[in-house]
Amino acid sequence: MNQQLSSTRDFDSMRKSLNTLGSSVAAIILALVICGVLLLITGKNPLMAYGKILETGLTSEKFLEMLKRATPLIFSAIAVSIGFKMNLFNIGVEGQYLFAALIAAEMGTHVSLPAPLHVLSILIVAMVSGAAWASIAAILKITRGINEVISTIMLNYIALSFIQWIFETFFRDNSDGGLNVKTTEIAPSGRMPDLVNDRLNGMFIVALFVAFLYWVIVFRSRFGFQLRASGLNPIAARTAGIPANRMILFALLLSGAVAGLVAMPSVIGDVYAYGPSSTPTQFGFAGITVALLGRNHPFGIIVAAMLFGFLDSTSAVLQLSEIPSSIVKVIQAIIVLVVVIVNEASSRRFNRKIAEQAALTPKSLDVKP
Amino acid sequence: MTQSKNLRLFVLISVALAIISTVRLWTDQDALTSSDTIGTALRLTVPILLAGMAGLWAERCGVLNIGIEGMMIFGTWFGAWGAWQFGPWAGLLFAILGGMFGGLVHAVATVRFNIDQVISGVVINLFAYFGVRYLSELVYVGKKGGGISQSPPQKSALPKFNLPVLSGGEIAGWKSPDLLGWLESQRWFILGDLGGIARGLTHSISWATVIAIIVVPVSAWVLWRTRFGLRLRSSGESPVAAESLGIKVNRLRYYGLLISGGLAGLAGGTLSIVASSYYRQGQTAGRGFIGLATMIFGNWRPSGILTGAMLFGYAEGIKLVASDSITALFLLIASMSGAFLIYAIIRRKHSQVLVTLCAFLLSTVAYRTIDTVPESLTQSLPYVVTLIVLATATQRLRPPAMAGVPFRPGEPH
Repeated sequence: MNQQLSSTRDFDSMRKSLNTLGSSVAAIILALVICGVLLLITGKNPLMAYGKILETGLTSEKFLEMLKRATPLIFSAIAVSIGFKMNLFNIGVEGQYLFAALIAAEMGTHVSLPAPLHVLSILIVAMVSGAAWASIAAILKITRGINEVISTIMLNYIALSFIQWIFETFFRDNSDGGLNVKTTEIAPSGRMPDLVNDRLNGMFIVALFVAFLYWVIVFRSRFGFQLRASGLNPIAARTAGIPANRMILFALLLSGAVAGLVAMPSVIGDVYAYGPSSTPTQFGFAGITVALLGRNHPFGIIVAAMLFGFLDSTSAVLQLSEIPSSIVKVIQAIIVLVVVIVNEASSRRFNRKIAEQAALTPKSLDVKP
Repeated sequence: MTQSKNLRLFVLISVALAIISTVRLWTDQDALTSSDTIGTALRLTVPILLAGMAGLWAERCGVLNIGIEGMMIFGTWFGAWGAWQFGPWAGLLFAILGGMFGGLVHAVATVRFNIDQVISGVVINLFAYFGVRYLSELVYVGKKGGGISQSPPQKSALPKFNLPVLSGGEIAGWKSPDLLGWLESQRWFILGDLGGIARGLTHSISWATVIAIIVVPVSAWVLWRTRFGLRLRSSGESPVAAESLGIKVNRLRYYGLLISGGLAGLAGGTLSIVASSYYRQGQTAGRGFIGLATMIFGNWRPSGILTGAMLFGYAEGIKLVASDSITALFLLIASMSGAFLIYAIIRRKHSQVLVTLCAFLLSTVAYRTIDTVPESLTQSLPYVVTLIVLATATQRLRPPAMAGVPFRPGEPH
C-alpha cells in the first residue's frame, strides 16, 4: 500500500519535472518565434540570424567562451535563487558583487600567502563582503519590516556611489600617473590558475562546486528544508517552530556571500584588479533572468547559464554579418519573459489536473482492506 | 479649520523663507535661491516627478511597477526618434506611446498571466535596455551624429515660455521687462529670495515642464474625485470587494498600467527632448528608481510626490549650478531642524524632539567639519533619504493595501 503510494508520488514528481522541462523547451521555441517576428518586422531575415548564431556558436573555440561567460552567471543566478527559495527577492546582487569585488581586490594586494591560501583568502573576503552588504537589507527587513525589493534596489545605487567614493579616495592606483584606473594588481600567488590557457579560468570549477553545494544545502539539508518551508508557507513554518527572522538573515547572508563571487572570474582570473571600467557590471540583473530560466534548480541554472553564455559568445560575430549584436540580449529577455509566463500557466494547468484526478479517485484507497 | 490650516501653512512658508534668506546672506551663497538654481532644479524635478506619478498610478491600481526605468528608456528612445523625424511635439507623443508599450507588456504579464510583478518589472527593464540598443543599431548607426548608443541631434526644440512683464524674455519682438530678475539682483532679505524663486519658476520654462506639473493636480483629481479613479483605487486597496460590487478589476489595472507607462514614457521623453536634444544610452540614469523612491517618500500621494521630487531636484540642481554651496545646505538643514526642534519642544512632542535634535546636531557638525562633499556620495542622496524615511516613518506610510498581490477574477476567495 505504502509502496504503491510512493510509486505514484514518484510518478507524479517525474511527470511534474517532465512537464517543467517540456514547458521550458516550448517556451524557448515560442520566444524564438516571437524574436523571429521582431527580426522580420525590422527587415532582417530571422532564419539567417539563427543560422549564423548556431554556425558560430557550435565551434570548439566558442565552447570554451560559452563556459567562460556562463561562470559569473552561475554565481549570480545561485545568489538570486537562494533568496527565491525563501520568497525573498534579492535584486541587490549587483551592488553586493561590485562592493565585494572592490574589497576583495584591495585586500588581495595586502596579504602575502602561499598560492592556494592566497586565492582562498581573496574568495573568503569576497564572500564576507558580499554578505556584509546584503546584511543591511536583511537587518532593515527584520528590524523595520522594509520590503527587500525596495531596499536592495536602493542599496544597489548606494553601493555604486559608495564604491566610487572609496575607490577614488583610498584604493585607486595612481602609480602610473592616474592613467591606470584600477586597484593595484594582485600578486601572482593570488591569481586563479587557468584551466585552458587564457580561455577558461579555474573559477568555472568553483562555480560548479558552488552549484553542488547549493544543491546539498538547499535541497538536502535540514537548514535547506527550513528555508524552503519558510518560503512556501511562512505561517506553517513559523507554527512548526522555524524562526522566521533568523531564516531571513541566513538566506540573505548566504545569497550575498555567493553574490560576492560573481566578479571573481574577472578580479582574480582575468584583470587581477578591480576597476570601474574593467570589472563587468549588469551581472546581478542577468542572474535574475538565469535563475528564473533555470527555475532555481542548480542543474537548471547551469544549463540556463550555458544557454545565455552561448548566445553572448556569438554576438561579436553577428556584428560582422550585418545583424545587430544586441539581438542576442533581446532574445534572452524575451525567452525569460515567455518562460515565466508559460511556466506559470502550465503549472496552474498541471495543478488543476492533479486536483481533478484526486477528486475522481475513490476515497476508499485510504481504507485498509 | 481650513482657515487655520492655511494660516499655519503661511507661517510655515514665511519662517522657512526667513531661514533660507538668513542663511543665504550669512554664507554669501546667492546660488541657494538664484533663479538659475531654481530653474535647473525645476528641470531636474520634472522627470523624477513624472516617474513618481507613474509609480503612483501603477500601485494605486494594485500593481507594483519596478519596470518604470525600462518604460522611461522606451520613452527616451522613441521620444528622441519622433523628435528627430517629426519635431519635438510629435516626439513627446512618441515618448508617451513608447512608455505605454512597456506598460502594456507589464499589464499582459502581470494582469493577464498573473506572473510575479517584480519579475515582470525586472525583465521589462532588461528588455528595454537591450531592445533600444538593438533599435539604435538598426536606425541610428551610420546617420550623422548617431551611433549604437546615441541618436542624431534633433533640429528644433520645444518652445520656451516666459511670464510676460515679470520674468523677461521676448514676445513677438517686444522685449518684456524682467521685474523679478531686477528684484532678485537687489539681494534684499526675503524679497530677493522670492524674486529668485519666482523668476526661476517662470523664466524660460519649457511647455513640457508645464504639462508635467499639470499632471499632478489632474492625477489627484482623477484618482480621488472621479468615479473612474475611485474604482481604480479600490482595485488596489481591495480587489475582492471591488469585484463583488461589479467593478472590472483587471480592466482597471490595464488602464492604470497604461497610464503609468505613458507617464514614465513622458518622463523619458523630457530627458531626451527637453533636457537634451538627443537620445543617449543610460540617459535615464536610475531616475525611474528615484521616482519609485519619491513615491514611497511621498506616501503614495500626488502632493507628497511633488514635494519629494522638488527636494531631490533641488539637491541635484544646486549641485550642478554651484557645487560649493553644498556646505551652505548643511547650515540650512541645521537651521531648519533647529526651528523644528523649538516647535517640537513647545508642543512637547518627545519623539520629534529626539529626531530633530539628532538632525540638528548632525548637520551642525557636518557644516563645521566638511568643506567639500564628494560628488560620488551626493548621488546616492535620494536612495539614502528613502531608506531613512522607510526605516523611521513606517507607521505613517500607507501604501495601497493590495499592491503587489496578484488577483484572479472570478475565483472563490
